Amino acid sequence: MNANPELKPGMPEPGPAAPAIEVEGLECRYGDTVVLNGITFAVKEGELFFVIGGSGCGKTTLLRHLIGLMKPAKGTVRYFGENFTDDDLAARRNLLKTFGVLYQSSALWSSMTLRENVALPLEEYTTLSRREREEIVALKLAQVGLAGFEDYFPAELSGGMRKRAGLARALALDPRIVFFDEPSEGLDPVLSRKLDELILQIRETLGTTMVIVSHELASIYALADRVIMLDHDAKGIIAEGRPRELAATSGDPRVQEFLTRGGEEVRPA
Amino acid sequence: MSAVPTPARAEATPEGEGLVVNLGGAWRITQPLPAWPKVLGDSRPRAIRLRMDGVERWDSSLVRFVYEVQGWCRAANAVCDTTALPETVRGLVEQLAQAQEKRVPSDHAQNFLASVGLTATDLWRQIRDFANFVGECTLSAISLVKRPGRFRWRDCFSEMQQCGAMAVPIVSLSSFLIGLTLAYTGAIILRQFGGDIWVADIVGLSTFREMGAVMTGVVVAGRTGAAFAAQIGNMKTGEEIDALETLGIPPVDFLVMPRLLALTLMTPLLTMYANCLGILGGMIVSASVLEIPPSAYWIETQSIIDLSDISVSLIKSVVFGMLVAVAGCLRGLQAERSAAGVGRAATSAVVTSILLMIVADAIFAVLFNVLGI
Repeated sequence: MNANPELKPGMPEPGPAAPAIEVEGLECRYGDTVVLNGITFAVKEGELFFVIGGSGCGKTTLLRHLIGLMKPAKGTVRYFGENFTDDDLAARRNLLKTFGVLYQSSALWSSMTLRENVALPLEEYTTLSRREREEIVALKLAQVGLAGFEDYFPAELSGGMRKRAGLARALALDPRIVFFDEPSEGLDPVLSRKLDELILQIRETLGTTMVIVSHELASIYALADRVIMLDHDAKGIIAEGRPRELAATSGDPRVQEFLTRGGEEVRPA
Repeated sequence: MSAVPTPARAEATPEGEGLVVNLGGAWRITQPLPAWPKVLGDSRPRAIRLRMDGVERWDSSLVRFVYEVQGWCRAANAVCDTTALPETVRGLVEQLAQAQEKRVPSDHAQNFLASVGLTATDLWRQIRDFANFVGECTLSAISLVKRPGRFRWRDCFSEMQQCGAMAVPIVSLSSFLIGLTLAYTGAIILRQFGGDIWVADIVGLSTFREMGAVMTGVVVAGRTGAAFAAQIGNMKTGEEIDALETLGIPPVDFLVMPRLLALTLMTPLLTMYANCLGILGGMIVSASVLEIPPSAYWIETQSIIDLSDISVSLIKSVVFGMLVAVAGCLRGLQAERSAAGVGRAATSAVVTSILLMIVADAIFAVLFNVLGI
């Protein structure tokens, strides 16, 4: 029995637990073109982990491999110790429930209302009654600040609202991991900061592991526990660590240039 | 491998006049969960104290369970004690309760009179939009006649190829089969009276005066009208139409006129071709089933079809082509900025085109009768 009164939903079960995500020797290709090679890293449960790098360095490609939209040429991806890159479809489907994804364009289904968008994963993977599903939908929409928007279609919302609705859908099954593909893309700095706050708040209340693909320096410094930096020429990871420490101590000019925007001071106080 | 979590459980133990509900195990929304009515059973406690010491992991499912217990307590006038629950759980239960107050119920059946009113105003708006659009196209056509250099001839030729030449196979097949079917149907009656040769008259007249133009119109509506709506609708979603407007280029000049001209020119050509194929279909049935020589069939066809029938076919096809182009482009420009909106625009373009063609065909029938054509 665990008597910890402040036990959080995402906190590991007692005993030694496997990392939330383990990537080992991953090679990503488009046909004969190798985009990324020898990618190895691990993400601890509850961590806010960033994948950073310049445009075209393969951040989104890596994300697509992690979430199973692309099959790796080599290497493995494990979630909580279970192999995701196997061909065992039942195991893969089971693992798909453990993570949610917020896509760059939100990817809300345009023919469905927000209620239907958020309820679909619940209909697919739970045995909740309709009333219970609606209660959860209302909670998820309230968590992202969209209470009362159940009957809106995605086309009727602003970019920031669509982003938040996408997050509500990604959180529908209370996943243990949430992936974000460029969450700040297309948002103004104020909305972007609000989304950052929302991400932090969700991590605080639900203990969710977050993997964020981004090149938004303000978000990286505000949120990241740890980052890996990818590089187009190196086709792999060129730096790993806390962003502030990397900016202060990394001897690699590519890392320095990226994290200080070519020498300009951008770190928040 | 991670440890297998124990299933979620909720156990009720009596405590004086109340009940202590001990929650335990791993509460996952995707796994089987305890149901509150079953946990409660027949007991009607005055107070409920919730504890979750044995919970290994939890998510929204536990929050919802606590919310349900609170709801039951309120309804039964019982005291619900959640002080033993962690702060985060109580916070989320509070958030869930607030969310339910703002929740919009999914059942929103509409009053019949309101539906009729809304449909009527929507119909009136659609008629007005259509009239406006036809007006815009007319003004655009006048300005292009004055300055033909501004017309996008290259786009127009490309559209002519797409909606004309590329439609030949499907028009061939459909019109040939229609001619064939007409001949078979006519033969059933005419044979009884020994008037087999009049099959040529039936096929020729009905093809030229009605079926050729209508069938070509339907094929063009399904093939080209839907494509116009989807293409323009997608451009609207991608803000391409906005980009044209901010450059000062009217979308009607740039997108609609080339398509309108292309379809207005190509539909009569396709219709004439369809008429010929229809007669060919009739001729083949007559030769093979009714044993009428093709030469006799041809002579009979020539005797019944005159210039007025060809004119009827041409006039109808020009109008049908214009209607399909206008409906397709209008629906595309009216499309909502989403994938579903583009789909609806394409469907609506086909429905509108066919509806307008049927109405126009009925008007032509009356008009040609009055004029004696």
